[in-house]
Amino acid sequence: MKLVRRGQWRAGRYNPPFFDFRILLLVSSEPLVQIRDLNFAYDSRAILTGINMTIPRGSIVAIMGLSGCGKTTTLRLIGGQLRPSSGEVRVAGQVVHELDDKGLYALRRRMGMLFQFGALFTDMSVYDNVAFQMREHTDLPEELIHDLVLLKLHAVGLRGAHRLMPAELSGGMARRVALARAIALDPMLIMYDEPFAGLDPISLSIVGELIRKLTDALGISAIVVTHDVQESLKIVDYVYFMAAGKIVAEGTAEDIKNSTEPFVHQFVWGEIDGPMNFHFPAPDYREEMFAQPGKPRGWWG
Amino acid sequence: MNRAAIDLWVGFFVAIGLAALLFLALKVGNLSSTDVGETYAIQARFDNIGGLKVRAPVKSAGVVVGRVGEIRFDAENYAALVSMQIDKRYQFPRDTFATINTSGLLGEQYIGFEVGGDPEMLKAGEVMKKTQSAMVLEKLISQFMFNKAAEDEGKK
Amino acid sequence: MTPVELLRQLGNRVTSRVWRLGFASRFMLMTVLYSGTALKRFHLTMREIYFTGVLSLIIILVSGLFVGMVLGLQGYDTLQRYGSSEALGILVALSLVRELGPVVAALLFASRAGSAITAEIGLMKATEQLSAMEMMAVNPIARVVAPRFWAGVISMPLLAALFSAMGVFGGYLVGVQLIGVDEGSFWSQMQAAVDFRQDIMNGVIKSAVFGAIVSWIAVFEGYDADPTAEGVSRATTRTVVTSSLAILAADFVLTAFMFRGI
Repeated sequence: MKLVRRGQWRAGRYNPPFFDFRILLLVSSEPLVQIRDLNFAYDSRAILTGINMTIPRGSIVAIMGLSGCGKTTTLRLIGGQLRPSSGEVRVAGQVVHELDDKGLYALRRRMGMLFQFGALFTDMSVYDNVAFQMREHTDLPEELIHDLVLLKLHAVGLRGAHRLMPAELSGGMARRVALARAIALDPMLIMYDEPFAGLDPISLSIVGELIRKLTDALGISAIVVTHDVQESLKIVDYVYFMAAGKIVAEGTAEDIKNSTEPFVHQFVWGEIDGPMNFHFPAPDYREEMFAQPGKPRGWWG
Repeated sequence: MNRAAIDLWVGFFVAIGLAALLFLALKVGNLSSTDVGETYAIQARFDNIGGLKVRAPVKSAGVVVGRVGEIRFDAENYAALVSMQIDKRYQFPRDTFATINTSGLLGEQYIGFEVGGDPEMLKAGEVMKKTQSAMVLEKLISQFMFNKAAEDEGKK
Repeated sequence: MTPVELLRQLGNRVTSRVWRLGFASRFMLMTVLYSGTALKRFHLTMREIYFTGVLSLIIILVSGLFVGMVLGLQGYDTLQRYGSSEALGILVALSLVRELGPVVAALLFASRAGSAITAEIGLMKATEQLSAMEMMAVNPIARVVAPRFWAGVISMPLLAALFSAMGVFGGYLVGVQLIGVDEGSFWSQMQAAVDFRQDIMNGVIKSAVFGAIVSWIAVFEGYDADPTAEGVSRATTRTVVTSSLAILAADFVLTAFMFRGI
């Protein structure tokens, strides 16, 4: 039974599951992810400006904000899918955008990501989806993979569903299978992109519970990008608030709940009007209402 | 779709694909003919080769015994020098006639061997002594018209 | 719109097309470079050969049969006017093996398998499956794109040969069985006129080139599609249209090269 491919041990690429991250915890208390003065622009449009974030080991950090404020972009920068315009992103002490292809893939094997709506591979069964990373990156025999897959599925409560195809799953179930897939190789960091979007109340609490439980049980760190306030404030340790590409507020869950900052207050308590206006910019109401209707407006007048 | 079923179907697909290719090669094309086999070279000079092309067949008694290899212009004799690759199994006497014939009325041209009685055989690289050039259609027509005109003249 | 505006738009369109072609070429290079996985784990490619080749069998065989039968009918109609109805075999075989086999099979392949490949890859992009694969340190080009490309290149010559074979059979059915052309001269004249190297091998080379072109366009359009439902449908249409035009253009170029002497 070959657990390690020949040459992999010597090449230093062998990454035994169950062990790595705990050693790191013992060795250093350096934060897992450190973002310093990050700027990112796309097509001369500034998306992120001056971002500073720290994600300590073993904690859950939430990034909250409206749609389109740059939350998902931050996740992609941490994962190395995008390159920052300036500033740096450090994961486990390594600067992500300075890594070469091999280094980047080695880093990604220790990170898990849960995409919005799951992003399960639709041509494979649930079992094959969870087993995907094990089959691609390790040389484990099928019997061992079988046990591991069922273990992961049991952790999310879907062990009985391992024969189903993704098309046969409900939204909540698909999300949970994706979570099982994300923890397949016991990563040191999991990033959740809108894990609560579009779920019914029961699934909402299940996913929230799972995120908290798995993080505590496996000792990993988690970044949750969301705009579901109530659910996330129940489970996270620290919150960063983003608006228009900048961090406008940060603090523990308690701080955020009791914050008096107008934008944060409007967001947390779901107020209709505040710094984010209800009305889309338009000319004066009276003027537009009393303007002459139906006047032909051609080039002659 | 489990792997065994896929393997079976892909194997079946590749098998019938290759079978179709084989069918085309053997039944539709001329692979089974004398293209494969050892050959020796013979040369012949013609005054006019007409429309003879490289790889045209060389036939004796109507059977393909070889192919035209190379066609060159002989600057010394102002004639065409044709090299032929003849199947090693067949030997031809030294006084064999090489003629350029047309298959059908307007078909492609080929070289026909008419055998003589010489006991000595042609050796590899030899040049054939007796040749007959192709019939050029235009000359034939003009000859016919000339003869016809002369006949009419004679009758008057 | 002023002429300057028009000119600017035209220039814009041309530059964007050229840029896209460059991107497609670089993508093709990466696909070939990362083909190691597709060849080492051949079952991935086999799965794709099943989905592109085997599932296209029905349409190829039936179309081949009908094209051959039509050739037989039309060919006989014209040939018997000049008393050369025995040349029907030559007509059917040469038309199919040289041109119709590779080209029509490639067009059918593009519309059936090419569009399926584009839709599949585009949908994987739209549902973030390719992104997920990247984040799991699996190169999506090696795992998803390369097997589909090589499956297309392998399937295409086989499908073209099957098309030609069925076509000849269809011509035989109509010519010999239905109309009454002499069976012996049908086959013997055909065998005399169809050269293995010149006609059949050239046909195989053509179909291999077409297979590469169709597969290239199909995987690229899928990979480059907009990650929305509309984007995927537009990409699928683009695959079929661009492949068809490319096949016909390449057919002309290849024919000019191959059949120059005849």
